[in-house]
Amino acid sequence: MNRIIRKLLNNTASLIGLLLLLVFILIAVFAPYLAPPLFPDPYQIPRMSWDVEPQPPGFPMSDDMRFVYESLGKPITRDKAIFGTAQGGYDIFYGLIWGTRTAFRIGIITVTLSMLIGVILGSLSAYFGGWLDELLMRITDIFLSIPFLVAAMVLTTILGRGLDKVMIALVAFGWMGYARVIRGSILSTKEEVYVMAAKALGVKDFRIIAFHLLPNTIFPVLVQASMNIGSMVVTAAALSFLGVGAPLGYADWGQMVSFARNWIIGSPGKAGEYWYAVFFPGIFIVLFVLSWNLVGDTLRDILDPRLRGEL
Amino acid sequence: MNNSLISIKNLVKYFPIKKGVFRSTVGWIKAVDKISFDIYNGETLGLVGESGCGKSTTALTILRLEEPTSGEIFFQGENISSINKKQMRKYRKDLQIIFQDPYSSLDPRMKIKNIIAEGLAAHNLLDSRTRVQKVGELLERVGIPPDYMDRFPHEFSGGQRQRIGIARALALNPKMIICDEAVSALDVSIRSQIINLFKELQSEFNLTYLFIAHDLSVIKYISDRVAVMYLGKIVEIAPKDIFFKNTLHPYAIALVSAVPVPNPDFKRKRILLPGDVPSPANPPKGCRFHPRCQKVMEICSQVEPELKKLDKDHYVSCHLY
Repeated sequence: MNRIIRKLLNNTASLIGLLLLLVFILIAVFAPYLAPPLFPDPYQIPRMSWDVEPQPPGFPMSDDMRFVYESLGKPITRDKAIFGTAQGGYDIFYGLIWGTRTAFRIGIITVTLSMLIGVILGSLSAYFGGWLDELLMRITDIFLSIPFLVAAMVLTTILGRGLDKVMIALVAFGWMGYARVIRGSILSTKEEVYVMAAKALGVKDFRIIAFHLLPNTIFPVLVQASMNIGSMVVTAAALSFLGVGAPLGYADWGQMVSFARNWIIGSPGKAGEYWYAVFFPGIFIVLFVLSWNLVGDTLRDILDPRLRGEL
Repeated sequence: MNNSLISIKNLVKYFPIKKGVFRSTVGWIKAVDKISFDIYNGETLGLVGESGCGKSTTALTILRLEEPTSGEIFFQGENISSINKKQMRKYRKDLQIIFQDPYSSLDPRMKIKNIIAEGLAAHNLLDSRTRVQKVGELLERVGIPPDYMDRFPHEFSGGQRQRIGIARALALNPKMIICDEAVSALDVSIRSQIINLFKELQSEFNLTYLFIAHDLSVIKYISDRVAVMYLGKIVEIAPKDIFFKNTLHPYAIALVSAVPVPNPDFKRKRILLPGDVPSPANPPKGCRFHPRCQKVMEICSQVEPELKKLDKDHYVSCHLY
């Protein structure tokens, strides 16, 4: 364990990844202080004005908006949109800060659940083999044959708008990779002599899976999972961008990008006039995915079976 | 002494050979083909034969780690060859195995404390504190300092790991231990230590051994009786002294002639067998040894010899006798 931590800190790329991740964690933890909410639901992005088009960084809260919040009885601690406002006067800074929490929630919940499903199905399939293996793997094949984004979009559309629906869709079509990976490694590990020794001792099948097979096979899956957290967030953002994700005004990075959709090119004669509406949400998503990928890469280097001799 | 702990009747284990898109069975590897023998209470039966003759398959089939294709296995008079997995669990305490490779037989991610206590945990014996105490006693008995119990297998040498494997097998107080080439992978110096440990443990815990090896000098040292296997068949069984004084089967004679004697002046006739071991998928007709046998007769390629009782306890399957 110490060795893993030392390796993580010794490598520049992984260090950058870890620091980025730490920054995001801090942002998520201190969101109420960085961007105090104005609504009872903190994920509701406050609007700075009623303007349709985005407003540049430093844009102050309009008087009629101030009147609305004051009548709600909330003290206004921030009256400038430091990253500007998105379409409809939504505060970009606020959306990104609280969107970090949403990103972690989407990434961690969807990856944990899909990994759980994948690992359970994959290990049962590999360990017991026979018709069960055949059945589970054909189901996996069917799921794999549907394009991920299209499937997730269709399912979200059927289930309705909302982040929970997005997560259900991502889990439903995201577990197959884990099942395949764990099945492959258990198929080879279950032939090990120590597994046979455990059987000779009379150890029950589920104990063998839990105490012998999974500890020896789970690492490639964990690596894959840590890399997938980033891509799950991107996919969720893509769904929001396509309009089937978070409800309007919900703090979510995909939503912020989606707000910028009509303003990407700028106005006639002023290309890139609304750069801030695209840039800030974009850079948050890119850095978040990058940090998970860097951490995942290092984890893979550390846990690679070929390097396991060092253990 | 003549009450059998294990009695095997016509044990058969075939492995299917599968080929093609539809994985249809195109043939069978006849790993173990109708063998019968008894292992008596408290004895050591040495089982020898060259690689691939079915020694290990016999061992794994007795333990039901491989399902027998047909035949019966009696343990203390109870037929354990056709009972289900759940019923088999209660016999697992009495029947243990020690494997050849001390490196792959211990889970690399488990502390040796947990490896040794695994059988106790699986059968819900003792509470966790007495378990640790028992592990300490076992480690001490096999010659490893008990305070090493929190270490991982990779921190031990091959000989030490084999001792850990022995401690694991002993934890459940078995009546019988199958040693599947348990010393073959060890250095010669370590080998004798481990064999002596086996001997000590046998008298201490009243163990019965099925000792599998391809090295006759090891067998000669530890066994009470010797069984020789060739291509899935038992060709000769006899008490050790009788076997080495009066070896009968031509294959067994060739094996005995290959045992090195630590005497430079000793001139002996080594019998070199021509050819290779035939494939167990397609064993020769008649006696399986006849294409390589020096004393082959007409009948050998036609009729398969039965295992015949010659003397008291001396069985051989050969047309010469």
